[in-house]
Amino acid sequence: MSIIYFLIGCSVLLALAFLSAFFWAQNSGQNDDLYTPSVRILLDEDNDIEQK
Amino acid sequence: MKQSATLEKTTCYHCGDECLTKAYTIEEKHFCCHGCESVYHILSQNNLCSYYNYNDHPGATRNRTDKRFAYLNEPSILSSLLDYSDGQISIVTLYIPHIHCSSCLWLLEQLNKINPAIHYCRVDFLKKQLNIRFDHQKLSLQGLVEILYDIGYEPLISLHDIIKEQNTTNADKLVQKIAVAGFCFGNVMLLSFPEYFGLSVYEQTFKHFFGWLNILFALPVVFYSGKDYFISAWQNLKAKVLSIDFPLALGIAVLFLRTVAEVLTGTGAGFADTLCGLVFFLLVGKFVQKKTYHHLSFERDYRSFFPVAVHLINGNQEQPIPLSQLNTGHRIIIRNNEIIPADAILLKGEALVDFSFVTGETLPVTKVLGEIIYAGGRQTGYAIEMEVIKPVSQSYLTQLWNNEAFKRHKDTRIQTFNQRVSKYFTIVLLAIAIGSLLFWLPTSVTRGLSAFTAVLIVACPCALALSTPFTMAAALSVFDKNLFYLKNTSVVEQMAGIDTIVFDKTGTITTRENTQVQVPPNLTDEQKQLIYSACINSAHPLSAMICRELAGVKKHVPTLYFEIAGKGILATINGHKLRIGNSAFVLNQTEVNADVTKVYVMVDEHYLGYFALLHQYRGGLNIISQLKQAYQTYLLSGDRDHERNALQTFFVEPGHMLFNKSPQDKLDFIDLLQQQGKKVMMIGDGVNDSGALQQSNLGIAITDNVNNFTPGSDAILDGKSFDKLPAFMRFSKDAVNIIHLSFLISVTYNVIGLSYAVTGMLSPLTAAILMPVSTATIISFTSIATHFAAKKRKLK
Repeated sequence: MSIIYFLIGCSVLLALAFLSAFFWAQNSGQNDDLYTPSVRILLDEDNDIEQK
Repeated sequence: MKQSATLEKTTCYHCGDECLTKAYTIEEKHFCCHGCESVYHILSQNNLCSYYNYNDHPGATRNRTDKRFAYLNEPSILSSLLDYSDGQISIVTLYIPHIHCSSCLWLLEQLNKINPAIHYCRVDFLKKQLNIRFDHQKLSLQGLVEILYDIGYEPLISLHDIIKEQNTTNADKLVQKIAVAGFCFGNVMLLSFPEYFGLSVYEQTFKHFFGWLNILFALPVVFYSGKDYFISAWQNLKAKVLSIDFPLALGIAVLFLRTVAEVLTGTGAGFADTLCGLVFFLLVGKFVQKKTYHHLSFERDYRSFFPVAVHLINGNQEQPIPLSQLNTGHRIIIRNNEIIPADAILLKGEALVDFSFVTGETLPVTKVLGEIIYAGGRQTGYAIEMEVIKPVSQSYLTQLWNNEAFKRHKDTRIQTFNQRVSKYFTIVLLAIAIGSLLFWLPTSVTRGLSAFTAVLIVACPCALALSTPFTMAAALSVFDKNLFYLKNTSVVEQMAGIDTIVFDKTGTITTRENTQVQVPPNLTDEQKQLIYSACINSAHPLSAMICRELAGVKKHVPTLYFEIAGKGILATINGHKLRIGNSAFVLNQTEVNADVTKVYVMVDEHYLGYFALLHQYRGGLNIISQLKQAYQTYLLSGDRDHERNALQTFFVEPGHMLFNKSPQDKLDFIDLLQQQGKKVMMIGDGVNDSGALQQSNLGIAITDNVNNFTPGSDAILDGKSFDKLPAFMRFSKDAVNIIHLSFLISVTYNVIGLSYAVTGMLSPLTAAILMPVSTATIISFTSIATHFAAKKRKLK
């Protein structure tokens, strides 16, 4: 059953990696503006759309 | 909407306003003014016409077409605006009020096509901000702002920094704290499970291992996530106030210490799971309570609408200087639609000043040369020259803003339920804890200690601390679905405690936008055409109103046109002589009955009658009668009492209608009511009652366009929801009742838990189950109850 020590160590390390990833995302401002991208994605890139 | 227009209305392709003229047309597309037309022109030149595909009429009307951004070349102003600048690149963040749809977003992120010197633009839609990186060698900030202005997106540049205010909201790292607490909570729960289900004798080594791991996980929860509770509790103790944070901090500390002690001595598993869960739920409660309205500002003061710079006259040239450097004796020039920043004497030009900011009077006032004009007025018409007689900081309006009412924090506020209860709660809790300690001490010290700590753990007022945030957050979302925006959650409780409501008149119970124009009876079509043709040449707001009323008739070109400021218009059109203006000018007699503003009309010495401008009352005015049953209602107004009779039905009691009140008078009146022990709610619309809004226990700013300027207040109400006010008041009382009920529920849980705790036999499992269950009950109860209360008040 000693394998449990190792497994728990692994799982905690993995979870810590996720936590630090979240911190990085939060501090780099990824979640500052949660609304604009949802509008932006609906806009077309090209300008050759037929005029109304 | 008007019924009288017989012609088919054409709407402006750019902004959707009604086109009063066919003069502005490009490729079959009609525009209402030259401004809109020029925007379309620029966009079509740069191949940006997709702008019109995403939404119909995405633009803003552009009836002002003179640029005044020269002040942006002043180094001192420039440096205060730029976020970053080096030899090549500058970065600036601008606040653009008109951002409102996907077209705006699309266009503002394509600025590079208009000018290649702009390298990068990014819109933050909710904050209405535009972040721009540009090459300032090729394009100055002034040039950049002018481009934005040309396409109809004028940035709002003011001394009161909206951008900094909006971007500092996320300083306390609450989300990170929740992440850490949640992370540890999950892991600790996992590691505690074996303990709950029992470990066999072989697996006792795991017990220690899990215990130590739990302590490790609890460390960041206590010292990082829960840090604020300790700080706040300590500050409250120093200020000799018992707030809810004190028993919470005590609970967290006791949980942690007892866990460490149990693991060290090997006597038990400790309460790490309860501890992490507690901090996690508390922080989530905090997070739910923090609602920010990015597009609204509750803290604005006069700096928000004063210009950043003024134009000085030096000899015969103009020079922009920052407002802060403006001093007495300076000669300044004020153009159409500019705000007069300091008390000054009129030296040159025709002053027609709109004081609606200051007094609430909607119609502009004519001032003669040599007269003192107070700061805060807005010049309408041609440019005027003035001499400053008082620096900005000592001007009348600024003085009002600097009144104590703005300085003091609202400590006269009604105490929230939480504040009232937590004091007694803490005292009772400590009494029970110490009582059980003393009770067991003679028997056994360890049992006494464990009873003492168990009481503090079980009775930790988690549910109590959560009931308010969750109820209020639900209430707040109900309110803003109904276009009523509250500054924060405690405002709901303030609302429930109100007993007196004071209404401002202009713009609050009358609407600002739709002044009704009563047309003189029996006008022939020809006469209408003549009047319209004369008025269309005038910049006076009264003429504009008449033109709006008569819109759609044929226009003639006057052979003679002459406007006398403050009097009226003389014109000759198609051989007919017109006199349009006030009664002294048209009839040679002074106004007899000054209850409404009138514009008299005479054609060929034949008196035709007058256009009367009536204030239009807001829909749903009868709510005042409804409110009267439960509240004392007053009316405060800055203008003359010519509508006393019309309003008599709503404010019956003598002395409940006050007219001719200056902003200072309004503030004093509120103060007087408060001295009589009343809890006053003030509903107003503008700067002229901002003092009263601040002085009152609850200030509500009413506006017909929430993106417009609103003064500092506790809540902002959209004019469309004015008639729901009684429902809002009742709902706020419901919300407070829900908090009381949820408090009862949490006390019930506490009593159950305490019966275990005082015996000193509290198992970690009981604590671990009791805590989340009580929390879940409270959260679900408050959400459901608030939902039903909103349904009952028809606010869903």
